[in-house]
Amino acid sequence: MEFLDNLALGFQTALALQNLFYALLGALLGTLIGVLPGLGPVATIAMLLPSVYTLDTTTALIMLAGIYYGAQYGGSTTAILVNVPGEASSMVTAIDGYQMARRGRAGAALAIAGLGSFFAGCVGTLLIAAFAPALTELAFAFGPAEYFSLMVLGLIGAVVLASGSVLKAVGMIILGLLLGQINTDVISGTPRYSFGIPELTDGIGFIAIAMGLFGIGEMIVNLGRPAEHRASLTRHVAGLWPTRRDLGDATPAILRGTALGAVLGVLPGGGALLGSFASYSLEKKLPGRDGEIPFGQGNIRAVAGPESANNAGAQTAFIPMLTLGIPPNAVMALMIGAMTIKGIQPGPQVMTANPSLFWGLIASMWVGNLMLVVLNLPLIGIWIRLLSVPYRFLFPAILVVSALGLYASGNNNFDIYMGVLFGGIGYLLFKLGCEPAPLILGFILGPMMEENLRRALLLARGDWTTFATRPLSGALLLAAALLVATTISPAIRKRREATFREEF
Amino acid sequence: MQIRSSKDFWCGLVFLGIGAAFAAGALAYPFGSAARPGPAYLPFGLGLLLALLGLVVTVKSLVVATPDGEPIGPIAWRPLLIVLGSLALFAFLLPRAGMLVSLPILAITAALAGDEFRLREALANAAILTAGCWLVFVKGLGVTIPLLPAFLGG
Repeated sequence: MEFLDNLALGFQTALALQNLFYALLGALLGTLIGVLPGLGPVATIAMLLPSVYTLDTTTALIMLAGIYYGAQYGGSTTAILVNVPGEASSMVTAIDGYQMARRGRAGAALAIAGLGSFFAGCVGTLLIAAFAPALTELAFAFGPAEYFSLMVLGLIGAVVLASGSVLKAVGMIILGLLLGQINTDVISGTPRYSFGIPELTDGIGFIAIAMGLFGIGEMIVNLGRPAEHRASLTRHVAGLWPTRRDLGDATPAILRGTALGAVLGVLPGGGALLGSFASYSLEKKLPGRDGEIPFGQGNIRAVAGPESANNAGAQTAFIPMLTLGIPPNAVMALMIGAMTIKGIQPGPQVMTANPSLFWGLIASMWVGNLMLVVLNLPLIGIWIRLLSVPYRFLFPAILVVSALGLYASGNNNFDIYMGVLFGGIGYLLFKLGCEPAPLILGFILGPMMEENLRRALLLARGDWTTFATRPLSGALLLAAALLVATTISPAIRKRREATFREEF
Repeated sequence: MQIRSSKDFWCGLVFLGIGAAFAAGALAYPFGSAARPGPAYLPFGLGLLLALLGLVVTVKSLVVATPDGEPIGPIAWRPLLIVLGSLALFAFLLPRAGMLVSLPILAITAALAGDEFRLREALANAAILTAGCWLVFVKGLGVTIPLLPAFLGG
């Protein structure tokens, strides 16, 4: 069978001693930068790009890929432990993962996140090997109109992320979209809302917003509470490992999350991110077991599903990169850069011209994921011990690391000032009963959405009906409309309100 | 008129203000046409939408009763000002005085935000954090961060 031959070739390459070593190095480095908020995989890969000159092409790509998925693991760790999502895609994990940690169940959350990610990674790797050529056809069918409609669907899905008022969640999404408009207009080159500040013409850094709203805002809220309230975070740690019932709850969520993430990951434009949001929405809509912890308060399905989805998406995001040469995100763009440095033209011919590179990279993804699980499961005990550090030591540490991360993300102090600003905004939003998660999604999707909207209108000569008449785009909008209908229908509304009582 | 939910009342006003500001700001940029949308196209529409939504939220807060009036509650001024202030101070000091000076200052001033401040602990914590950050960020990851004050050649 050709498929097996290909995989055999891949493993032969991936298990070469040198490649194994660099996969491990990449995974370790990735975990480290994922844990440290502010230092993303993009910055690290960019810093390491020169090393590509000295390494063998396959080895270099294996290391860079290791950094990429290592960062996904590390990002979820801080999301769960201290509510600072190290990566955009682990933001959803923070919602319920952090609540689990506050209930003393950080161990279970971390273990499920790790196991779910590993399972999703395995499936993702197999999918790339089996369907890479076929799945690229799907990406071809997507024009600007389809992307726009897909993002509308994604944003409406984000409403369910919030547990409070639907209206306010919609407001937060629009606010996020508007904040995403602070940039230089991609089509005309006009700087917008920059007030003459040169740093703002590149847009507000994602890290400054995420760190300010989540990390710093949460810190102020925490410090504003009497000490004995705070301590509940650390006092009782109920078991390091998930119980049998946890596994029973999480397994179907992992399967669903993996499927969703794998499909959405192929689509360029933050596939892994959309996957984790979609999975959260799906899990929240599905009826749970009786007596289950409500969403927003530490439900294990809300950690298992999105975590699997984002890892599956992170894997399948390699498909358009490897087969079409189209980068679905910034990391992949850098990987393509690394390939061109070595004189390899990315595109469909890589598979036939450099089979050992193509399949070696795929097999190394699986090996890397295995390494990460082996590395991370024993580390859980250490991470948990971190939680028993009294808050008066912990919060200056979080602040110091955040501040350095903010500095490192742009190599100047402007982002730290932005972190101050958004920390204040985060506290204000908390006081007004607004949840920041939908805002962040809007902020990330805003610029992409605008570009696709304007391009689609340009192609259709200003005819707005193009979004409804193109079949795929129309179907996506229909799905969005159905989602709206179910969100505001009374029965579901009651359920939403039942899950509303979030403790702060 | 009675405010039935303080949170929603103010939240609506914030939405209204921000939405109106964005829409007004968009007037400075070219609109283009539906066939050739300009840079003002989307922000203007979204700004209006947010302002409208804010109006709905505010009106709703005046009409729909809530069990407890959803008060905003006391503001935690001490942590708010100290955390944000110490971070802003760090942003100001870092390029001027370097990490080895500004980072301990951040760790100690931030610790004042808690209600269990003990100087000795804060000093020890600051020392450990500075050493740890230097090891991880500067030595380990090779991030370029100014270390010493400019006049010392850092």
